[in-house]
Amino acid sequence: MPEEATAQSGYHSEIMELNLGPHHPSTHGVFRAIVELDGEIVVNVVPHLGYLHRGYEKTCENKHYHQVIPLAERCDYMGASSNSLVFCLTMEKILDVKVPERAQVIRVIMAELSRIFSHLFWLGTHGHDVGAMTPLFYMLREREEIMNLFELTAGGRLMPNYLRIGGLIRDLEEGFVERLRDFTNHFDQRVDEYETLLTKNVIYIDRTKGIGILSLEDAIALGVSGPMIRASGLRWDIRKTEPYCGYENYDFDIPVETGCDVYSRYLVRVAEMRQSNRILKQALDRLPEGEIRARKAGVIFPPQEEIYTKMESLIHHFMLVVEGLRPPIGDFYQCIESPRGELGCYIVSDGGPRPYRLKWRAPAFVNLESLAKMAKGNFFADLIAILSSVDIVLAEVDR
Amino acid sequence: MNQEQIQEQIASRFGAGAVQAAVMFRDQLTVQVPADQILDICRFLKEDPELSFDFLSFVGGVDRHPQTPRFEVVYQLSSLKQQHRFRIKVVIEEPEKGLAAVDSVTAIWPTADWHERETAEMFGITFKNHPDPRKLLLPDNWKIHPLRKDFPLYGTEEDTPDLPA
Repeated sequence: MPEEATAQSGYHSEIMELNLGPHHPSTHGVFRAIVELDGEIVVNVVPHLGYLHRGYEKTCENKHYHQVIPLAERCDYMGASSNSLVFCLTMEKILDVKVPERAQVIRVIMAELSRIFSHLFWLGTHGHDVGAMTPLFYMLREREEIMNLFELTAGGRLMPNYLRIGGLIRDLEEGFVERLRDFTNHFDQRVDEYETLLTKNVIYIDRTKGIGILSLEDAIALGVSGPMIRASGLRWDIRKTEPYCGYENYDFDIPVETGCDVYSRYLVRVAEMRQSNRILKQALDRLPEGEIRARKAGVIFPPQEEIYTKMESLIHHFMLVVEGLRPPIGDFYQCIESPRGELGCYIVSDGGPRPYRLKWRAPAFVNLESLAKMAKGNFFADLIAILSSVDIVLAEVDR
Repeated sequence: MNQEQIQEQIASRFGAGAVQAAVMFRDQLTVQVPADQILDICRFLKEDPELSFDFLSFVGGVDRHPQTPRFEVVYQLSSLKQQHRFRIKVVIEEPEKGLAAVDSVTAIWPTADWHERETAEMFGITFKNHPDPRKLLLPDNWKIHPLRKDFPLYGTEEDTPDLPA
């Protein structure tokens, strides 16, 4: 039906529904949205999720606590060690286990490497979405170095599966510390190179400044966390407000911008990469000698060498693998600052070897809710830029 | 404010009956409140200047199957101004016919929208006055609630078909 025929044009207009389908190079995974367009202006975005829903929470209810760690890492595959970190921290709190100092420092190294890893990929694909294809190829070079470091820890390039409840699975390999030191020495110049490509680029600023405004009160009301809320002006980082894993001992800044737009989120993430490098250098200097896993018979795996020589360790190891550990009855919520925001793990334990309920508070899932609010009134091409600035990982959104 | 003080604030404002149970485990308190008062209690928790729980981390469900009442809905709150966290839960039972129901808190925290949609489809809980009660993650042709304890892990051919209907 004709809506409104203007006197000059004689056109009638109606809202067009466009399917931004699950198979799309710019949606960073299988994300589907029905976009309602008035010409080229976005009127509404309705996301349809679930294309990567794998029943993660139900699967975890049927696995032993140690078996959940590889599953958890596959939730946010870009910053995999953050996921296993939050799960291990939750379990260590429930079991009341203190992780030794060396393991804590190495965990910080893994978490910050994951953050750089995730932000580098975001930088490359975000640049690609707005048309700057060069950063993608350059960030792959750094990511290759980080993946080689991950491979040195426990063998997996993307999802190293290195953390365990109580510490780490094994100590660092020969040569890891030297390679990491090389990486931290040249990483700052690399970030400078990336900044020369985008930060003062007139085309990039045109595409991203003033686009996708998310005011601070909207962000808090919508539960947004991480670099998105820091780009809206709130100086909130869980590593500073509720420190875990020894983060209170490191000296780093929290980058905050007040622009509330896509450009501010870019600036925040690039600055965060520099701060992560700073933390890595301090962690390398602090790295103490010591054990890499706590000792608590019956719940933590005994050291690998003892299994071959001591009978009790062998029995404990066998019982842990076959029967699983039994934590006390209770529930606990632990959150960390993942590259995307507040990543939380809520575990309800009924005393048995399997989690009674594992609820994964995924930051990408919650941040994606703000897409509709940010995209209204912008052009369709800006919708792609805004979507990439949310930095979603569909495996985390859909679990 | 520490956890017990927050519990006392709730009890002093809504009466001792508002705190049905309070479990402290590893320095985190979970307070159980009556399901019909959840909206008032949440509004108080958000708007009181000393509590100011303006950030809702998640709304999740727990199925306690053979136990009745069957479902718990857990609200994890945090205050960005006062830097404290709190957890409240309601326990609702499933009636003979139909689904368990509890008020939606989207009017207080808009972020609860997607959390409640996911909890509703996974457990079969209705959130009253929810602005958009569609399924979120599951396919539209599935009529089951997977996170219930009596639902098998692998699903069944009839209930969870691989191909669309």
